[in-house]
Amino acid sequence: MADVIALTYEISPDDFTRAGEASSDVKSKLKQVGVSPAAIRKVAIAMYEGEINMVIHAKGGKITVEISPEEIRMILADRGPGIPNVEQAMQAGWSTAPDEVRSLGFGAGMGLPNMKKYTDNMSIETELGVGTTITMVVKL
Amino acid sequence: MTVEELIGKGIFQVVVEGDDLSREITGIFCCDLLSVAMGRAPSMSAWVTVMGNVNTIAVATLADVACVILAENAQPDDMCRARAQQQGVTLLATEEPVFEAALKVHQLIHG
Repeated sequence: MADVIALTYEISPDDFTRAGEASSDVKSKLKQVGVSPAAIRKVAIAMYEGEINMVIHAKGGKITVEISPEEIRMILADRGPGIPNVEQAMQAGWSTAPDEVRSLGFGAGMGLPNMKKYTDNMSIETELGVGTTITMVVKL
Repeated sequence: MTVEELIGKGIFQVVVEGDDLSREITGIFCCDLLSVAMGRAPSMSAWVTVMGNVNTIAVATLADVACVILAENAQPDDMCRARAQQQGVTLLATEEPVFEAALKVHQLIHG
């Protein structure tokens, strides 16, 4: 494995049919470089939740994934609207997703809690009206 | 019991045969909320749901379940079917309600 492999993905807003493509691609690349199935599952779950959040709540954005021998670092930077109350958003069951999103099976308020649960480290930087950047690390 | 053996029982309609029919089914998971399924569905489980949209397949792939069973005669839309084929996910269907469908798989696994 090279020291660091970096992958970047543009996430389109409001396109549920494509949500999950970036996560699937990362999953297959991690398989190719021999990352353990347990770590792959963690990354896949955390990144998919983040990807869905970017589609539902934000105006899309960019995901960067850095794969090193020690860890997998995912940086999800969206284009707004920002999270007014991060503590509240982190509570399982808290959701601001619209009804149309709920009818697709999302909006259970499990996104951010799942992302935290399945990663070893997660930080949220958010600014109202500007955007949110979430950095998540899964240690190998 | 493998996915192939489950298909062989003939109790579920086969919508899409996945890439790896030799996968062992080690449990059953029932849920329609995709984020809950994403975080909780054990890999190698048979996931029973009524949610037949394209995101179901994304969750099935990422959570690495053995197969998806659509209960209550839930019809997968075209995109769901196409994505299952593309991702090699086994997609089964039944008219049975979720509990009965899951119970059948449970009885097959545990005798």
